[in-house]
Amino acid sequence: MTACPLIQVRGLHYSYEDGTAALQGVDFRLDPGESVALLGPNGSGKTTFILHLNGLLAGKGAIEICGMKPDKANLPAIRRKVGVIFQDSDSQLFMPTVLEDVSFGPRNLGLEPKAAAGRALAALEAVGIAELRNRAPYHLSAGEKKRAAIAGVLAMEPEILVLDEPTTFLDPPAQRSLAALLSRLPQSKLVVTHTVAFAEAVCTRAVFFERGRIVAEGGVTEIAARFGWAFE
Amino acid sequence: MGLHPRPLVMARWASRRGPDSFGSMAIILGPGADTSGCPAAGRARHIGARSGMPLSGGAKAEAGTSARAVGLTGKPARVTRLRFAQAWQACPLSTNRNDRATVGNSLHIPDGFLSTPVWAALDIAAAPSVAYIARRAQRGFEESRAPLLGVLGAFVFAAQIINFPVGPGTTAHLVGGALLSFTLGPAAASVAMTAILAIQALVFQDGGVLALGTNIVNMALVGVAAGYLPYALWGGGPRRRLAMFAGGVLSVLSSALLALSELAASGVKMSGGVLATAMALFFVSAILEGAITVAVIEAIERIQPRAARHPASPMHLEKPRFQRSPLPAMIGLAALLLSTVGVLLASTQPDGIQRLGERTGIAARVRMLLHTPLSNYHASFLQSDVGGKVLAGLAGIALVYAACVLVGRAFFRRAVVRNRSI
Amino acid sequence: MQRAVPRSLASLDSWSRGSSALHRFDPRAKLIALLALLVAVATANRSIPRFALAVLLFLVAGFLWARLPVAGALARAAVILPFVAVLAAVLWIGGQGERAWALAAKSYLSALAALLAMATTPLPRLLGGFEKLGAPRFLLEVAQFLYRYLFLLPEEAQRMRQAAAARSMRPGIREGFRAAAGALAVLFARSYARAGAIHHAMLARGFNGRFPEMQTAHFRKADAVFAVVASAVPWGLRLL
Repeated sequence: MTACPLIQVRGLHYSYEDGTAALQGVDFRLDPGESVALLGPNGSGKTTFILHLNGLLAGKGAIEICGMKPDKANLPAIRRKVGVIFQDSDSQLFMPTVLEDVSFGPRNLGLEPKAAAGRALAALEAVGIAELRNRAPYHLSAGEKKRAAIAGVLAMEPEILVLDEPTTFLDPPAQRSLAALLSRLPQSKLVVTHTVAFAEAVCTRAVFFERGRIVAEGGVTEIAARFGWAFE
Repeated sequence: MGLHPRPLVMARWASRRGPDSFGSMAIILGPGADTSGCPAAGRARHIGARSGMPLSGGAKAEAGTSARAVGLTGKPARVTRLRFAQAWQACPLSTNRNDRATVGNSLHIPDGFLSTPVWAALDIAAAPSVAYIARRAQRGFEESRAPLLGVLGAFVFAAQIINFPVGPGTTAHLVGGALLSFTLGPAAASVAMTAILAIQALVFQDGGVLALGTNIVNMALVGVAAGYLPYALWGGGPRRRLAMFAGGVLSVLSSALLALSELAASGVKMSGGVLATAMALFFVSAILEGAITVAVIEAIERIQPRAARHPASPMHLEKPRFQRSPLPAMIGLAALLLSTVGVLLASTQPDGIQRLGERTGIAARVRMLLHTPLSNYHASFLQSDVGGKVLAGLAGIALVYAACVLVGRAFFRRAVVRNRSI
Repeated sequence: MQRAVPRSLASLDSWSRGSSALHRFDPRAKLIALLALLVAVATANRSIPRFALAVLLFLVAGFLWARLPVAGALARAAVILPFVAVLAAVLWIGGQGERAWALAAKSYLSALAALLAMATTPLPRLLGGFEKLGAPRFLLEVAQFLYRYLFLLPEEAQRMRQAAAARSMRPGIREGFRAAAGALAVLFARSYARAGAIHHAMLARGFNGRFPEMQTAHFRKADAVFAVVASAVPWGLRLL
C-alpha cells in the first residue's frame, strides 16, 4: 500500500449533457486506511462524484488516484485499484453463475481461466459465500448478491472500495453482517449511504454533499447531528 | 399466430336458478390470472366451474378447474349463460396474456410442418446471414453492445406481458422487430431478434429447432429489414409517424407472408378461404403492430428528456440513414414487396422446383430418403372469382377465429386462483 | 425472488440444473443427438404411428433417466398443440386430413425432444457449446445476457401491470392503449438505463472490449459414445 494519499480531488466540476451542473467544485482527499462516508440529499452529486473515481465519467478539475491521472493510459491500472460496488447488484452480477461473475475481473486482467477461478474462489471465501459459487445470480437473496458483487471487486485486488448505497434492499440483519464484513476488509473505503448507523459502524469520517459541493467534513456522528441526518 | 398458450378463457356467467339468483356471478379464470386490482373479481365469491359442466355455446369447463360452481349463498349453482370476455372490461390490465383472446401477430413455425427442402434451405441461408449481421452489429471488435442488445431482447419478452386493449375481450401485444430497428439500427435489431427467437424456441418451445433458420429469416432478417425501410426512407421527415407505422405493418406482414409461402411450398394446401382468412388476420395484426409501435415510440420520446437517469446512457433513437440517397432503400423496399408476393405466387408452380430437382439428378435419390410433399399443390384462390373469395374469406375468418377460441379453451390448464398479486 | 418470473422459465431453468448422468454430458453431444432425432422425425414418411410411439417411449425413457417429471414434461411440450391444431385444421380443410395427424405428431415429438435437451442443459452451457462449435460470439453473448435478464425484466413489467390495474377503474380502449404504451416506454427507458449500468459495471472491472470465453464442459470419450448411440437410436427405430 502506498503512503501517499490514495485519492486527491481538487475543484471537480461536471455537468450533464442537458446542462444541469452535477458537481460544482469538489475537493476531496482519501488517505490510506481511512473509511469515509458520503452523506447528503439525493441528487447532491454523490453518485456522480464516485463515477469519476474510476474514470467512468470525466469532468473538469484535478483528480489523482494513487498519483495517477485518469487518462486513457492509466484507466486499466486505476480500475484495478479502485473497486466500485454499485447500488443495484443485479446490474453488477451479469454472468450466468457467481463464480463466472467473480472471475470476470481477473479474466480481464489477463489471468488464465484456472488462475482466475482460484482468485475468485478466494474472494468468495473472504465474503463468506464460497458455497454459492455455482448458483445463478437470480437465485440469490439481496444480501448474497451484495456479497457476490463485493467479491467480484475484491478479486481484482483493489486498494480502495467504493460502495454506492450498499444497504439498499438489505434488511437490518443483512445490513449488520455487511457492516461487519466491511469492517473486516483491509481496503480503504468510500461509502455512499443514507443510513447513519451503518456509516458509524464502518467509517471513521464523513463528508456532506449539498448541490454538487462538499460543504462539511468531520466525524460521522458529528456531521449527522449537524445536518439532522440521523433517523432518531 | 403467436404461441400464446390458452387464448380466451375469460368468461362471466350468471346463475338464474334458486337462491343463487340472477346477479350472482363467478368468473372463470385462465391459468396464472391474478385478481388483484380487479373490482369485478373482488365482488365475485368463487372462481371456477365444475369440471365437465356444460356451458352454453358448446364450451366446456376445463377439467380440474378449482372449486365448484357456487353462487353467493354457497349453494351449487347452474351455469346458464356464458358471455365471453366482458368480465374484464373493468380490469383490462390485471390479467395475464394467457387468459384473453390475444391477436397473435407473429408466426413461429413449429417443427414438422415444413418440408425438408424448405427448412434445410432456409437453415443454410440463415447461418451465414446471421454471422454477417452479427459482425455488422458488433461494430469492429468491440463486444460492449452485447448487454444492451441482450437487455432489450429481455425487454421484448417483458413487453409482451403488457396488454394493449384493442376490442371487447381482445388484446394485442408488441412484437418488437420494428421498434428495435428504429432504436438500435437494423443490424443490431436483427441480432437481438435472432437471440429472442432462439430463446423462444429453446426455452418456451415457441417455434421449432429445425425451423429456427426459417423463423430467423422470416422475422429477424426480412421482418426487421422490412420494418426499417420505411423509417430509413421517411423517418427523418415530416411523415415520421407514418413511416414508423408503415414499418410496424411491414415487419409483421412480410414475415407472415413469408411464413405462409413457406408452408405453402411445403405442401400445405390452403384453399382460397383459408388463405384469405389468414391474410386478413395477418393484416389486422400488422396494423396493430404499427399502431402499437408508433404509440410506444412517441411515449418514449415524451419521457426521453428526463429518462436517462444514468449519466452514461444517453437514449436516442437511431438517426435514420439513407437521408441523402433514398434510391438503395427504395429499391430494397420494392424488391422486398415483389419477392414476398412473388414467393407466394411461385409456390403455385412447384414444377420449377421439381424440374430443378430432376435436372440435378438428386431428385430420385432424395425422394427415397426424404419426404417431399410437392405434389399437386395449387393455390385455388388465384382462380376463384372475387365475390366468392370475399364470402369465403369472411366465413373463413369466423371459422378460424372460432377454432382458435375453442381449441384454446379445450386446452387451458387449471385455473389458478391467486388472492395476492405477488 | 422469482415470484413473477414466468413459471415456465423458472421450471425449465431448475430442471436444467439437475445432476443426472444425462445432465452431465457435454452440450455438444446432446445437441448432435437432438439434431439426429429431429431430422429422423422430420423426414419420416412411413408407418408413422409405430415410429411416433417408439420415439415417444424413447424420449420418456430419457426423461426418466434424467430424473425429470415425465408428466410435467409431456404437458409442457403440449404447449405447442393449440397452434399445431390450427395448422392441422388448415390441412384438414384442404383435404389433407391424414397428413394433419402425422404432422401434429411430428411437431409434438420434436418439441418434446428439444425440451429433453434443454431440460438437461443449462442454457448458458449450451451457448458455450455453440461457441466451441464456431457460432458467432457476439450473438451468443447477446443471448446470454438476454437469458440472464429474462429473470428480471418480465418481473418489472408484471409489477407495473399490477400497479396500473390497481389504479384503473374502467378505462376504455383509448386510455388503456395509451396506458400500455406509457408502460412500455417506461420499461424501455429502464431497460436502456440498466444496460448503461451493466456497461459501467463491466468497465469498472476492467472490461476491455472482449468477453472471456464462455464456460462449458469438456468433450470426453463418454460424450462421443453417447452422441453416437443416441443419434443412432431414432434412425434405428425408423427401420421398425
